[in-house]
Amino acid sequence: MLDNIKILYHQGKQFIPNVTTAEVPGIFRGRPIISCEKVNETELETMCPLGAISANPVSIDLGKCTFCGECAMRFPNKIRFTKDYKISTNERSRLIVKEGDENPIEVNPESVRKEIQRVFGRSLKLRQVSAAGDNSCEWELNASNNVQFDLSRFGIEFVASPRHADGIAITGPISENMAEPLQICYDAVPDPKIVVLVGTDAISGGIMACSSAVNRSFLDKYPIDLYIPGNPAHPLTIINGLVSLTRKTRKTRKKK
Amino acid sequence: MNYIAINNNDTIAISDIPEIGYKEFFELNTGLVFNHPERHCVNYFGYQLANKVKLICCIADDSIHKIYISSCNVSQNETLKALTAKLFCFEKYEREIHENFGIGYSDHPWLKPVRYAFNRYDKSKTIANYPFFSIESEELHEVGVGPIHAGVIEPGHFRFICNGEQILHLEIQLGYQHRGIEQLFLDRKNLLQRVTLAESIAGDTVVGHTSAFSHIWESLSGFERTRDIEFSRTIALEMERMAIHTGDLSAVCTDIAYQLGSSVFGRLRTPIVNFMQEWGGNRLSKGFVRPGRNQFPFSPALGKRLTEVLAAFERDFDEMSKELFNLPSALSRLERTGVVSYDDILSIGAVGMAARMAGLTRDIRQSHPYSLYPELHHEPIVKHHGDVYSRVQIRKEEVWQSIKYIRKLIENIPEPNTSNVELNTLKPNSFTLSMVEGWRGEICHCAITDTQGELILYKVKDPSFHNWLALALAVRNNEISDFPICNKSFNLSYCGHDL
Repeated sequence: MLDNIKILYHQGKQFIPNVTTAEVPGIFRGRPIISCEKVNETELETMCPLGAISANPVSIDLGKCTFCGECAMRFPNKIRFTKDYKISTNERSRLIVKEGDENPIEVNPESVRKEIQRVFGRSLKLRQVSAAGDNSCEWELNASNNVQFDLSRFGIEFVASPRHADGIAITGPISENMAEPLQICYDAVPDPKIVVLVGTDAISGGIMACSSAVNRSFLDKYPIDLYIPGNPAHPLTIINGLVSLTRKTRKTRKKK
Repeated sequence: MNYIAINNNDTIAISDIPEIGYKEFFELNTGLVFNHPERHCVNYFGYQLANKVKLICCIADDSIHKIYISSCNVSQNETLKALTAKLFCFEKYEREIHENFGIGYSDHPWLKPVRYAFNRYDKSKTIANYPFFSIESEELHEVGVGPIHAGVIEPGHFRFICNGEQILHLEIQLGYQHRGIEQLFLDRKNLLQRVTLAESIAGDTVVGHTSAFSHIWESLSGFERTRDIEFSRTIALEMERMAIHTGDLSAVCTDIAYQLGSSVFGRLRTPIVNFMQEWGGNRLSKGFVRPGRNQFPFSPALGKRLTEVLAAFERDFDEMSKELFNLPSALSRLERTGVVSYDDILSIGAVGMAARMAGLTRDIRQSHPYSLYPELHHEPIVKHHGDVYSRVQIRKEEVWQSIKYIRKLIENIPEPNTSNVELNTLKPNSFTLSMVEGWRGEICHCAITDTQGELILYKVKDPSFHNWLALALAVRNNEISDFPICNKSFNLSYCGHDL
């Protein structure tokens, strides 16, 4: 018993006091900023292994980007990845960062389904479905709830049964072999329910997008409420995304 | 000679691999492994060649650091004698060959689907109607778990046959994670795309799999690795091992409801993965390893930082593991739970931790060393009881070992080499094999090029390919409530198996 107390004492406070303002250490590849410098756009476009970069004007689709940083290494004056990890949004188009665009990527409160903040504003239970995810986003989802990131302080938790859940969080490109289990799981979640896509593989299929073993038809059937980009998504991206989707921000309160 | 002996990471002409008749192929490969625990099959696969299927078998000899490669051509609708009937360690390989090409085996005891690959031979077999083993009995009942599990983990289906609380039999059905990775390696032509694929084979073993891919690519393009590349990869591999082992210790504590251990080990993983982010920009080392390049040179400043990280980690890790390994209520859950015997481990051809926990020394860092392991004189950590406790002990001791190796390596940081070589042309008509000891165990990648130097085969084998069967054997005669802790103590990869 005394030993346990000693360990607790030595561990001290581990939690990150404010997960919305915490700094990530070292190099982190978050929201990119694209300068207006002229470069060989075709070269830039073709070098991206994921086809996430488009030319004229130059833009990066964070739903396809694996944040490998190769473009920033080759064109350091054109593309720079900032440490901004708040890149989750509810609008797919907002994930496309254009030349000269330095605005933060945010959840647009206007387009969030009305019942989400009303019903899930204080408590959100999610059923996670790994549909051919490579276990990296799964690791980071688990890390989101460790003693440091402590997602459950916001009343957001992952639950064992879809019957107890308010929605599903999908990781992975959705394999043909997981298509049916995913559908069954979704159907078992009571209404109203949300769908969250975690990681590049889930949002666009990533490097597996063109595989014949992948079946993404599920995503055409239902509205997607939140996109959490990353490869894998960082716990702080996950937490800030889920919180800003379900919580009323000051801005929206003032409007009312 | 009816085989060719090569070293790890060697490239040879495909014509150098002797092609023999199936009968001789059968005798040779079963003969090499039979009664030789120091030899095991590291890869055995087929690929389509005109209207034939070419089988290639790779047997590693740990005592003399060689790999024996032999090949054999068979026609697609042939029915062969199974190597499995003589040696059970060929079981999964032959099932895979059967599933992909429709080759029949007359005496294979368990010719069931492996992963329902999208390009399988018989498309009428689907994952929804897997032929489970069952026993007709009034007393017994079956428990089905998955594919979607209670926690945030990957999908797979477990079917238990139980007598009351006791498990008699467990059958593990996988394939839900199949993404067609091996085919994508051929379809995606660009090197950056291929290395991104290697990162996605198993997102918890990024350094392991990308190192194996890079070794293949560098060997096929004749690139000599500089010391700084080897240095970065060796450190990253050991950091990955430390991070996941620490996370696994946390998960084991969770499963025995030991909250303190779960929280402390869980949080101790963070400084290790955060250091990888400080160094390479990604907590799980994605974007870190690139063939022919060392894009994140290890600076003396990073060395100083890592020394601090390790010192802080060591203090807390030591305190917590001493507490856990002296706690009777924890030990009673770990000891003599989920036992697999040496004989069973040898017979199924388990690798890595799953072999070392039962007294079978299999560690590529020692037996087929690569990168900077030859100078570290790696001694594998081997336990003998084959239970959950042994597997947990291995993790704890390997964390200490990794710390020791990293400290030794950063005493002498090599100068970064900034030359940027484009490795685009591969040797035509060649075969390469690369093995890396990931934290789970032996990762084996093989590649074959055509007359143009283009990949015509990329074969990936994750250690989980063998080791899932060890889990199924481990839970026999245990209570079903001990399944989670047995499962965690192996922590096998679903996506690495399903590809």
